[in-house]
Amino acid sequence: MAFFRSAPIAPLEYTRKLWMRSWVGLTMLFLYAPLLVLMVFSFNDSKRNVVWKGFTLKYYEKALNNDSLVEALVNSLTIAFLATVVSLIIGALAAVMLWRFRFPFKGLVEGTMSLPIIVPEICLGVAFLIFFAKVDWPTDLIWPLNLSAITIAHITFCFPFVAMVVRARLASFNKEEEEAAKDLGATEWQAFRDVLLPHIKPGLVAGALLAFTLSLDDFVITFFTSGPDTITFPVKVYSMVRFSVTPEVNAASTLLILLTVILTFIALKLQGVKGIAETH
Amino acid sequence: MTETKQPIIQIRNVSKRFGKVTAVDNISLDILAGEFFVLLGPSGCGKTTLLRMIAGFEMPTEGQIIIDGQDMSLVPPNKRPVNMVFQSYAVFPHMNVTDNVGYGLRIAGVAKGEIRDRVAEALELVKLGGFEDRMPDQMSGGQRQRVALARSLVMRPKVLLLDEPLSALDAKLRAQMQFELSDLQDKVGITFVTVTHDQDEALSMASRVAVINKGEVAQLAGPSDLYEYPANRFVADFVGSVNIFEGKLTLDEPDKAAVDCPGLGKVYLNHGVTGPHGADVWVALRPEKIYLHVPGEGKAIRAAAQDAPDGHNLARGTIKGMSYLGDITLYEIQLEGGQIIRVSRPNLSRHDQEDFTWDDKVSMHWRADSPVVLLS
Repeated sequence: MAFFRSAPIAPLEYTRKLWMRSWVGLTMLFLYAPLLVLMVFSFNDSKRNVVWKGFTLKYYEKALNNDSLVEALVNSLTIAFLATVVSLIIGALAAVMLWRFRFPFKGLVEGTMSLPIIVPEICLGVAFLIFFAKVDWPTDLIWPLNLSAITIAHITFCFPFVAMVVRARLASFNKEEEEAAKDLGATEWQAFRDVLLPHIKPGLVAGALLAFTLSLDDFVITFFTSGPDTITFPVKVYSMVRFSVTPEVNAASTLLILLTVILTFIALKLQGVKGIAETH
Repeated sequence: MTETKQPIIQIRNVSKRFGKVTAVDNISLDILAGEFFVLLGPSGCGKTTLLRMIAGFEMPTEGQIIIDGQDMSLVPPNKRPVNMVFQSYAVFPHMNVTDNVGYGLRIAGVAKGEIRDRVAEALELVKLGGFEDRMPDQMSGGQRQRVALARSLVMRPKVLLLDEPLSALDAKLRAQMQFELSDLQDKVGITFVTVTHDQDEALSMASRVAVINKGEVAQLAGPSDLYEYPANRFVADFVGSVNIFEGKLTLDEPDKAAVDCPGLGKVYLNHGVTGPHGADVWVALRPEKIYLHVPGEGKAIRAAAQDAPDGHNLARGTIKGMSYLGDITLYEIQLEGGQIIRVSRPNLSRHDQEDFTWDDKVSMHWRADSPVVLLS
């Protein structure tokens, strides 16, 4: 009964006020209700997937036995992994360069680097389509080399995000720490490895998460750069939905959500949530 | 304290320009082995730039820095026999105390057992025994500074550079660290070079002080010489509190001198100043060297007459401001000519501060060895 007899709500205790709680609840509902519906209906025992007909796991089985869907998922994960690794390296180096040095046209370099973030995806997609056609990019390579065009396109729009996050993290770096390392005998590389890298690590983790998710769910640019043999998960789901919205799509999507949540959770655990919060 | 007179750092005609700004302007000075050398100056005077040039983080535009007989022009910071304690301490936040202090030794490839011993020894020296596993964010500013000190001392440098070492500490801790730093320097016998803008810090710790102004050395002297015999108006004003009056040199002999100051009166000194006769000079008078008297009783006149001719070293005025600081009381007195003079008076008994109050007429005198005549 103590719960009902707790202390009166103080003026600034917003988290205990009804209107605040309702507002937070509504926000959560707005954010997660569609996802919840998607997940719940992945267990729906109905072909049409509009009304609830009963619980089943058969669409999971079906999805996992759908070779082209699994292939698309593997393609997507491979592309996301490669794009993340390369974006991380290019993005971090670009951020360090822009933070560390002064050089002619620095402003221009900085501006053009974030261009892939600003330019509408549809334009980038068309641009890549034309570009790869013009340079006669080989399309008949063996897996995973046949994914190279998509991967390159993904790196292009992923690495500016990494650079941005790392740059933000670098702004809080105390240059005297790097000087102290050198003062104690460290070379340029040792100072980078022992002092600068640990500092930007949360930025790298956050950047990697961003790049991975951006690449994984990109549709527009991928649509323009993928061939008949290089279908990614979003593209595959799109083509499946065009025929009919079966719970199979729901099941595959639920698995994907689960996967990203697990990956994010691992990344946060590795880093400590605090470190990532500090980057923003 | 065995003071060898060998210079450990020789700064030869060093200038540093950043674009059009000259931060250090043709400075030459020697820092002797084993001394506690302080670079003192207002912010932006170039003292930190000079320190960073010794450490190797800035390259001189002109001139040469020689450390322990070796020209440092082409030697990068990580190869110099000096270590620095940074203003922000720059303790590595992701390493515990042991790893912080042992960092330089690890880089140098020292054997693990020796690192352990030397780290323990350094931590003992800065009184941080028992803090080995602490992370920097679990420590106070003063403790972090000790980590930074230990991290440098463990390298056994020839010279330890300290950039504003006490500026971030609160007043009580600062006073304590002043003593500890002097003590530490005695113990390890390493040459300390400190940069500060705080004159108390400089006076209390230094064996010698270089006062820097606008990139040049305004005066290089021991602490008491700096205070009692400032070389120019900048030093007199920057180090301690002072009253400065413009005047003309009317008498200048080996054992006496006199200056006629329109704002203050006739000033008599019991030593010569070897300045050009009739030249414009300035008289500097420290507030604590002026005595206050109740006017009309002739006490001031009699006191001044003890070591100066009649009518010299005397002034009258009205108290316009006063602030009671406990140990002393500060008075701002308007002289008859209109100028303000600052006088401090020790509160030797509990009721001394009641002797004078606002708008009181007072007489003042000072001894013939108190004023300093400045030529620039």
